[in-house]
Amino acid sequence: MSNLIRLLATLAAGTLFGLGLGVSQMIDPAKVLNFLDIFGNWDPTLAFVMAGGLAVNAIATPFILKRQRPLLAEFFRIPSKLEVDKRIVIGGIIFGIGWGLAGYCPGPLITSLSFANLDILITFAAFVLGTLASRWVLAHGKN
Amino acid sequence: MTIINFTPMSALLGGALIGLAAAFLLLAQGRIAGISGIAGGIIYPEEKDSMSWRLVFVLGLILGGFIYQWLGLGVGVNHIQAVADTPLLITGGLLVGIGTQIGTGCTSGHGICGLARRSPRSLIATLCFMGSAIVTVYIVRHLSGAV
Repeated sequence: MSNLIRLLATLAAGTLFGLGLGVSQMIDPAKVLNFLDIFGNWDPTLAFVMAGGLAVNAIATPFILKRQRPLLAEFFRIPSKLEVDKRIVIGGIIFGIGWGLAGYCPGPLITSLSFANLDILITFAAFVLGTLASRWVLAHGKN
Repeated sequence: MTIINFTPMSALLGGALIGLAAAFLLLAQGRIAGISGIAGGIIYPEEKDSMSWRLVFVLGLILGGFIYQWLGLGVGVNHIQAVADTPLLITGGLLVGIGTQIGTGCTSGHGICGLARRSPRSLIATLCFMGSAIVTVYIVRHLSGAV
């Protein structure tokens, strides 16, 4: 029973997230690329998505983390690493190039599967392949 | 620079929904709503990691997309589609997969969640991917003459 409640809560969070990606137009790559085109015909809209998301989350997060534990789990799983390293810079730059080429970051790409469109499916397959390959290398490499 | 198609209200509302969803996942599950991390754990699972919540969250993301279309909230939802050519979509998809796994996060995990926790790591990550995305669009649109 508690397991079911936990999964339903997670489903609700995912659904709300996907709905937010739709309402905010993050799922429209034309809009994303126009947002990134600050030297051309610039559409500043998506800065407001980040502002809205960040405002809500930045206010809520400290209150949530004051709790002993989450509502439906044993403990919080927060990334403990805060320091900047080479990986964060290199990975960030590679991700940004991909984002700028296709206009899809991971969340909108997954939510866009709901359009059942071949181009989106191809992009998603490439994302899965890139994720699989890099995670394999990261797990097996010495670094 | 010319400003076009500016729709700040729906963007703020959608952004707030995203922030609310991330906060709710943290409150209920104690987990960070980092999409590339959640997806990565499905695509190439780590040992002793639970899979079910990841699958359910991703299912929710797609369900949210269906609900958005069903509600008819977006005027001209049918016009939403990929805009880049297939080779760019494939290259872009690959690089997004590789980069987010090396950089341990994407727009959601670093941009929305990490910045909310004031993580210096997430701030640098966000500056890096925003910067390289802007440069990439500049090159594709204004230097190569492709799009």
